[in-house]
Amino acid sequence: MASSSPVEFRTPPVDAVALETRAADLGTRSIKKASKVQGLMLAIRMMDLTTLEGMDTEGKVRQLCMKARRPLPSRADVPGCAAVCVYPDLVPVAVDACRGSSVQVAAVATGFPAGRTDRATKLREVELAVGAGATEIDMVIDRGAFLAGRYGQVFDEICAVKQACGNAHLKVILETGELKTYDNIRRACRIALLGGADFLKTSTGKVTPASTPPVVLLMLEMVRDWFLETGQMVGVKAAGGIRTGKDALKYLVLVAETCGDRWLDPRWFRFGASALLTDVLMQLEKERTGRYQRATDFSAD
Amino acid sequence: MAKTKSETKGDATSGGDRELTFGGVWNYAPSPEATDHVVLHKRHELFVGGEWVKPKTGEYFTTIDPATENVLGEVALAGDKDVDLAVKAAAKAFPAWRKLSGEDRARYLFRIARILLERAREFAVLETLDNGKPIKETRDVDVPLAAQHFFYHAGWADKLDLLFPGERPEPLGVVGQVIPWNFPLLMAAWKIAPALAAGNTVVLKPAETSPLTALRLCEVFQQAGLPPGVVNVITGDGKTGAALVRHPGLAKVAFTGSTEVGKEIQRAVAGKKVELTLELGGKAAHLVFEDAALDQAVEGVVRGIFFNQGHVCCAGSRLLLQESVHDLFVGKLRARMARIRVGNPLDKNTDMGAIHSSAQLARIRELVGDGQASGCELFQPKCELPAKGFWHAPSLFTGVTMSHRIAREEIFGPVLSVLTFRTPEEAVEKANNTAYGLSAGIWTDKGARILWLAERMKAGVVWNNTYNRFDAASPFGGFKESGFGREGGRQGLRGYVRLAGGLLPG
Repeated sequence: MASSSPVEFRTPPVDAVALETRAADLGTRSIKKASKVQGLMLAIRMMDLTTLEGMDTEGKVRQLCMKARRPLPSRADVPGCAAVCVYPDLVPVAVDACRGSSVQVAAVATGFPAGRTDRATKLREVELAVGAGATEIDMVIDRGAFLAGRYGQVFDEICAVKQACGNAHLKVILETGELKTYDNIRRACRIALLGGADFLKTSTGKVTPASTPPVVLLMLEMVRDWFLETGQMVGVKAAGGIRTGKDALKYLVLVAETCGDRWLDPRWFRFGASALLTDVLMQLEKERTGRYQRATDFSAD
Repeated sequence: MAKTKSETKGDATSGGDRELTFGGVWNYAPSPEATDHVVLHKRHELFVGGEWVKPKTGEYFTTIDPATENVLGEVALAGDKDVDLAVKAAAKAFPAWRKLSGEDRARYLFRIARILLERAREFAVLETLDNGKPIKETRDVDVPLAAQHFFYHAGWADKLDLLFPGERPEPLGVVGQVIPWNFPLLMAAWKIAPALAAGNTVVLKPAETSPLTALRLCEVFQQAGLPPGVVNVITGDGKTGAALVRHPGLAKVAFTGSTEVGKEIQRAVAGKKVELTLELGGKAAHLVFEDAALDQAVEGVVRGIFFNQGHVCCAGSRLLLQESVHDLFVGKLRARMARIRVGNPLDKNTDMGAIHSSAQLARIRELVGDGQASGCELFQPKCELPAKGFWHAPSLFTGVTMSHRIAREEIFGPVLSVLTFRTPEEAVEKANNTAYGLSAGIWTDKGARILWLAERMKAGVVWNNTYNRFDAASPFGGFKESGFGREGGRQGLRGYVRLAGGLLPG
């Protein structure tokens, strides 16, 4: 696709104070009893269980896949996670370990996390991951090009990656912690939506701050408006820094009150996290038994 | 022709395959704030001279929970004699109170603020019960802000000489204060804190329909060891208030309430040596320009009119939209209004509570009816209103012109009127085309335009890209029929001192 002029990527301004106020306000929703259990179950179904470390091994990935399939072996009513998210070289292991389950295999690609490599290498990485069986690709945008104002370049790259994905779902990681301003984030969302993203994703998890409620609220507003404008649904993935069930419920409140019922589904909202699952399980067990269990009661994978 | 556009098919915001639906997948379980920690007294006497005294009238009236119409308790009806006794008690306490050092007065005020925060939950629940506003607001706004006013003014009590350098600020004497029902505790704090900081003594008359938190505040005064008579609280109806403001023993009258009553008070004190502060009604405008951060402007407009069920004198009840964004903005606003959770004020997830009284509900309905009858289009999101109590759905009128009553009269309810403008000049003209002048909201991303507009607004408070934000350090008050004098900040303290004049050096 031909490069487009930056003018097309102009977006309305965002007021930072008011955006953060709204996110904080929704953060005070009190989620109790049945709605808490339902929300936590939904959060598990929306989870992309993630391991993205230099020290990842086949063994570690297999453990993670098992955990994604059966997060709490003692309870049949606790659902599996949406996906596991790994580096491209471990995709074959994950595909094998998730076979026969509903757990998808997502691979980060395009020179994750910094994206500082040439286009051909990025596309080749995507092709390899898809070829190895990844059904979801988490790409990073070129933040250097974005911050230098070369929006057309960012757009072209997303289009090219989308094409390389074939049938695999494309999640576009904006790395909002490096874009810094809400106006930048909003513009990057627009570029990703125009470029054909299936998901807008906040962060790699390698940069602080990662996902924050105001950023996710902004993304939800963008996909809501995109849907009203085009009729197309695009998902949102909050990744990084979400560690507790309470945090997860706050994000679900943002989804419920911004985009509504359609997005309260693993197809349209995801959590990218590694530590979150254990706390969610602990909260679920607390709701069932009335007491907090020992950390050792949950598998450590 | 009356026209109503209401959501009929589910709780949706857009038609056809681009429909957004809400509340069908995940609903919040009820999350009511506990009330068992709040002791409701069956009968409340008058607080005069540091003690609870029976009214000379021997009469009592009831106060109810507007969300359920349950009776919360009996309250003493103060007559002329009671008013006189209260003013005398305040006059008796005045000489000693004014002689106290600023540090000592500050100590009392700090103590009151701290005790109020320690009892914050109790006050939040009691306010929600007696007023009908959501617990979210009493917990996060009314009570903390009331405490902040005591903290803030405690800080000034020993620094009045720095505030008015060389001018020898002196207290006025006994101050009569009459407050409204929309922020019962907060208004009490706004009035009492600066008066005490400056060395005055007070007789306060809370609103007839919401007296409980002001009365409970007297328990805090007792707990703080405030000398008897420094603050006296007398409850009653309009006659009680009228008797108070006419009492010859007052050095100052401070009133917050309707413009109608404010004018009466002004007439009553005319020609007397009585200082007067009036904080009255409003018909504030939001000015939304096409370059504004629209999603956030929607939030601000919602906060501006639906906060406290619209029972706010500075509520942004007129929405002036630049014509180019009218349809887009109204669409976003309607969708957002459908997300407002109306219901049990004690539920922590409730955004909008009960209308304060049946009289106020009748007033709102009358004006909404007039808007419909005069051809404006009414939108109300689908929301189930409880059968008992006083309730009104969030309401939006489009197609309103400056000639409609709903664009001119204060509704004091959750009703927003949308008008349009084409140029900044037209926006200014329309915003100022009102008898009132309390507040305004400017929504634009352009800094230069903000300044240009703010200069031209005939309003006491101008908010830029935000609305209904309050702080003890920020003066609040109106122009024109919204009253005069300021409350809060250094300007507010000016209303509670007499400047005796500078002394020559040496």
